[in-house]
Amino acid sequence: MATIVEPTIFELSSPGRLGVTMPASDVPETALPPKNLLRSDLPLPELAEVDVVRHYTKLSKFNYSVDDGFYPLGSCTMKYNPKINEDTCRLPGFLYTHPLQPIETVQGNLALMFEMQEWLKEISGFAGVTLQPAAGAHGEFTGVLMMAAYHKARNDTKRTKMLIPDAAHGTNPASVGMLGMSVVTIPSDSRGNVDLKALEAACDDTVVGMMLTNPNTLGMFDENIEKVVNMVKDCGGLMYGDGANLNALLGIVRPGDLGFDVMHFNLHKTFSVPHGGGGPGSGPVGVSQRLVDYLPSPLVGIIEEGDDDLEPLYGFVTPKHSIGRMKAFHGHFGGGLVRAYTYISMHGPDGLKAISQFAVLNANYLQARLRSTYKIPYDRICMHEFVMEGQFEGSDVRALDISKRLMDYKFHPPTNYFPLIVHEALMIEPTETENKDTLDRFADALIAIAEEAKSQPDLLHNAPHSTPFGRMDEVKAARELVLCCWLPENYETLK
Amino acid sequence: MTYIPISPKERDAMLQTVGVKSLDDLFDAIPKNHRFPELDLPPALTEMEAATLLSEMAQTNENVREHMISFLGAGAYNHYVPSVVDHMLRRGEFFTAYTPYQPEISQGTLQAIFEYQSLMTNLTGMEVSNASHYDGATATAEAVNLAYAQFRGKRKKIVMSPTVHPQYREVIRTYSQGMGLEEAGDDVSADLEAGPEALMSLVDDKTMIVVVQYPDFFGRIHDYTKLIEDAHAKGALVCIVANPTALLMLKTPAEMGADIVVGEAQPFGIPLWYGGPYLGFFTTKKSYVHKMAGRLIGETVDARGQRSYVLTLTAREQHIKRERATSNICTNQGLLALAAAVYMSSLGKTGLQQVANLCYQKAHYAASELSKIDGFGLCFTEPFFHEFVLCCPKPASEVNEYLLDNGIFGGYDLGKDYPSLKNHLLVAVTEMNSKQEIDTLVEVLKEME
Repeated sequence: MATIVEPTIFELSSPGRLGVTMPASDVPETALPPKNLLRSDLPLPELAEVDVVRHYTKLSKFNYSVDDGFYPLGSCTMKYNPKINEDTCRLPGFLYTHPLQPIETVQGNLALMFEMQEWLKEISGFAGVTLQPAAGAHGEFTGVLMMAAYHKARNDTKRTKMLIPDAAHGTNPASVGMLGMSVVTIPSDSRGNVDLKALEAACDDTVVGMMLTNPNTLGMFDENIEKVVNMVKDCGGLMYGDGANLNALLGIVRPGDLGFDVMHFNLHKTFSVPHGGGGPGSGPVGVSQRLVDYLPSPLVGIIEEGDDDLEPLYGFVTPKHSIGRMKAFHGHFGGGLVRAYTYISMHGPDGLKAISQFAVLNANYLQARLRSTYKIPYDRICMHEFVMEGQFEGSDVRALDISKRLMDYKFHPPTNYFPLIVHEALMIEPTETENKDTLDRFADALIAIAEEAKSQPDLLHNAPHSTPFGRMDEVKAARELVLCCWLPENYETLK
Repeated sequence: MTYIPISPKERDAMLQTVGVKSLDDLFDAIPKNHRFPELDLPPALTEMEAATLLSEMAQTNENVREHMISFLGAGAYNHYVPSVVDHMLRRGEFFTAYTPYQPEISQGTLQAIFEYQSLMTNLTGMEVSNASHYDGATATAEAVNLAYAQFRGKRKKIVMSPTVHPQYREVIRTYSQGMGLEEAGDDVSADLEAGPEALMSLVDDKTMIVVVQYPDFFGRIHDYTKLIEDAHAKGALVCIVANPTALLMLKTPAEMGADIVVGEAQPFGIPLWYGGPYLGFFTTKKSYVHKMAGRLIGETVDARGQRSYVLTLTAREQHIKRERATSNICTNQGLLALAAAVYMSSLGKTGLQQVANLCYQKAHYAASELSKIDGFGLCFTEPFFHEFVLCCPKPASEVNEYLLDNGIFGGYDLGKDYPSLKNHLLVAVTEMNSKQEIDTLVEVLKEME
């Protein structure tokens, strides 16, 4: 039997124990629906509030978070989440407004959304923005739907191929797969740029477009970006930008100016919305002029112009050839847009540029400090992240072992095994919110671990040693598929 | 205001280590003609100024706690959220962590979501729950994706009741644009008084999935057992879109034989927040787990023999399967799944039953009093839970305008989605509506001209 470190909320239950209770009914009683429409029992836990608080507090301490320390997870932009965001997004005027209220009663929300659309357009150089998508992958799907709709509206039906570089995030091909298009993989060249010869060979009149992450997942800004964009456009394709790496580009360059047609933003990466242990995210999408009519509906627009004395009236508008609705209601307003709005308002143009400057400085500083210890296959000035190999000649230590050993040094590991084109990849994104001392301690730890890999490899193979839990048996989880638990009294009957 | 913790002296030392003279020198790869655009954005605010600005914007709204009496529902419900929920959510260990890819240092998130999965399976009666979707609408669209994958595109017909939430139906249409589906039933001019039997004739051996809502968009409680039996006889799957508060009282969709049960779990501890972020739940039978999208937590042991939890069956997901994945979903609603888990745990079985009963009682009191007013009446005779359709003597939009002038959000105007229901209001009542509020609504409507 496995040792139980913390029982589940079901195991902590005791029949008859009360937690938060509700007031008595203040209306005359109505009979319940007929018995055949009622459930026979409700097998849910029974606890006191203190039991619940201690349980989840204990669980929280098993987590490592940005508030605990350095979290250099590549392509995830784990920057510090300002505390003020947590207060603004919980203002009663935001918390307690219903999505179907008349627009006259939610002008504060709509003004915030309208300005957010305008700000994101200005930051990215696009002509239109939808705030509806719930996350980056959702924004990507939105973008690909618009690309398909654009070609369809022009009766250009033979376009079924999407060009995707080999360094791309897995969500790119998956988004394309959801629309039944095929993927053509474009290799990278020795400097980490798109291989222009391969691209040229793939460009023809069956191309929907290209999905390009720039800077790419190697952390490299494509040195031929304008050529790449032109080649795709010359064959009638549209250019999709994966905005996962936008933290490198604020005030540095605008994807719209480079000729991109679509890009999703990850407000939970670039604009400090916390990641929440895996969501909620927020994935607005910006588009060039030729795609604005295809944006999802509705957008926030000005219904009646204002003047010197009168604020404009904001409301909802539907683009002419809209692809439709991507989710219910208006996007991740409270948890996403309000936090990101707060963050952008506190930065202004210079502050935003500083974010990217220091994100890039921090990545280059770490790269410089680690260059002599770890192999960096694409070694030039990087953007906000870089990729190195987590392996050493003549050693059986792997990137995973290095990552697990980093936990013993009280750091979160980098992204492992991505991008797929680097052997034993360790993808490191420090973000701008780390100081030099932290970066130095992290570099020192990685250098010490490289030494340990030679002298005592088992220390790495068996790491982590100092965390509350050790390595997990992932095969057992997948084979036995225990995906939920029950109340102790129901264990045998329901299992 | 800045969150960059690097002094000018440290910056210079770092630039020297990198081997460049200035910060701008790091950006030589950027085309020169587009480098360093001047952004036309308002100047930076300090924290104090931003707090004031946001507070002013929020105060421009009229909200359902401080200013207005509200009977709006239609997919988003005003429920009480116990204080403990947000206190747990505000722990930085939870909200500033990433997706639990490193299980050794993510057991908090992993166990909490495992518990969320367990709470949802016990609530719906289903065997498996994933770690959540963006919202109820996208969870429903993912059910259609599951069916499409299950039949490998060989069955392409979807039968959908017109009494599924209009926005959910719209999202399904958007999501399925590339699938070439045949759609049946999704017709708002159909006979809306018809029960589930009306869908039976549409289900055939090409049908991959039948989608119905429980209670339906008009609040009616149908027993779908017979429809599901018939659909299964034709080989189709059935997805029920369920309201979780109603499930605290009503027969479970699992008892009716549903294959997939999805819905919007916003009523479980998530504020109205002007529509999001919310929490889509997705539960199904174990036999469909390999076709299910989204993250999934499973139990295992660690190297020290301790019970622990990991993301499992990840081979289904986009980062492994790429274009062959059922869905591109990556992020879920982790923190809000935690909110639902804390909500359900802190109220517990008894508190949750009280919530459901209050909703039911108050809604029935409201329906009874409203239908006594001259010219008003209940449109449907079926049992309902906490939402019902009120027929009005004039267009619902005019009734709502009149109510708004009296400080009341009257309900959802069904004429927006159903041309034949122009005079019909969808009224939702929860534990947050006092008898006094309901009486006020009745009194104000009595005086309407």
